[in-house]
Amino acid sequence: MEKTYYDPADLKKFGDVAEFGPELAKKFFDYYGDVFKEGALTAREKSLIALAVAHAIQCPYCIDAYTSDSLEKGVTDEQMMEAVHVTTAIRGGASLVHSVQMMNKSKKLSM
Amino acid sequence: MIKSLRANHHILANTQEQLRILSEGMFADGELPTFEDKLSLINEYPLKPNSLEIFQVNVGYMCNQVCKHCHVDAGPDRKEIMTRDTMKMCIDIIRKANIKTLDLTGGAPEMNPDFRWFVEEANKAGVDEIIVRSNLTIILANPSYHDLPQFFKENKVRVISSLPFYQPDKTDRQRGKGVFEKSIKALQMLNEVGYGKEGTGLLMDLVYNPAGAFLPADQLQLERDFKKELKNHFDIDFNSLFTITNLPISRFLEFLLRTDNYDDYMEKLVNAFNPAAVKGVMCRNTLSVDYQGYLYDCDFNQMLGLKVQKAAGQHLRDFDINKLENREIKISQHCYGCTAGAGSSCQGTVA
Repeated sequence: MEKTYYDPADLKKFGDVAEFGPELAKKFFDYYGDVFKEGALTAREKSLIALAVAHAIQCPYCIDAYTSDSLEKGVTDEQMMEAVHVTTAIRGGASLVHSVQMMNKSKKLSM
Repeated sequence: MIKSLRANHHILANTQEQLRILSEGMFADGELPTFEDKLSLINEYPLKPNSLEIFQVNVGYMCNQVCKHCHVDAGPDRKEIMTRDTMKMCIDIIRKANIKTLDLTGGAPEMNPDFRWFVEEANKAGVDEIIVRSNLTIILANPSYHDLPQFFKENKVRVISSLPFYQPDKTDRQRGKGVFEKSIKALQMLNEVGYGKEGTGLLMDLVYNPAGAFLPADQLQLERDFKKELKNHFDIDFNSLFTITNLPISRFLEFLLRTDNYDDYMEKLVNAFNPAAVKGVMCRNTLSVDYQGYLYDCDFNQMLGLKVQKAAGQHLRDFDINKLENREIKISQHCYGCTAGAGSSCQGTVA
């Protein structure tokens, strides 16, 4: 595993990041815990958002964790896939919307 | 159709092999604490029962379905079946020990030829509640079963049925092709005679098992989803939804090992250990009886061949309530399944 960037076993060691800086790690994990508590959004909605974001930032650990978490919150396969399509639409749209700038510039430069 | 582990001569059809797997690996290495270690830490070892309330009788392992997660390894090829003589012993005990609830399970309990006799006699014996754990499709399997809803109603049976999901895909993947459609039809037949309907007193509950190596969702949330979806799409009403955690034995253990999920699943169960769930585990108020009349702390221990402690009397003919209520409950690592998260029992969450 030493010559690969990702090891699934590392997900379980997430808490170990406190070893090199316990104070900030504690702040982060406290914050993290609070973020995912049931609030104005349900825990299930938050899990689906996390799953969608995980695909946007392409974090394999997060995809692993929030696929399990979503299943345990009663999310269906269909709902998980729709969440990923939302990610894809936003990611694709983010590129595409910049084409307005391209078009503006092109039109300005062109006779 | 898939076959039982027994019919496939699979090594996991051997209970000793299952117990070996459960005691070795991460637990023997000390990487994970054993269930005994966990109970000791909260001063609950040895685990002791409370008053006996539920007599859970397994009337046979024969079933018309072969579900992928079945802890009984039930199926059409399983011929083990309880005789009327053994049922008579159960009835005597129900009378003498003032048992509140008779919980009939299998296999498909309705496939036992003396099933209806047993239900009628239990009612005469004055039990407060009779539960039948029906797989639903049995009602449609053969014309001789079509009147089961009416029979259940006449005998005030509480029907508890497995329905893994409110959509066909997950249900059919876990329980077999076409099971969802038949289950829906059976639920509608039960609704027609009054089951699950307000004011009838006829209770019909559903059971959800996760369709894979993950823990069940929140019971109340899932019950809301099931009620909404089943009402909207199929006009079905039911009373409660019980979520049950899959225990790592028999066919589910085979699935975990085959798909390389075993270590992660056990770790998940151990990490989700909830001391509050230990208070309500079903082995504390339930006794499990097998088709031959042997006694177990629960249906899972029955399938692992772990009879109740010898000193407590291991057969119906040795039944002694005082000895049984003072026994030590037998445990192994599979017990983590009942204490994970909100806990798990045949009546759903316990914490």
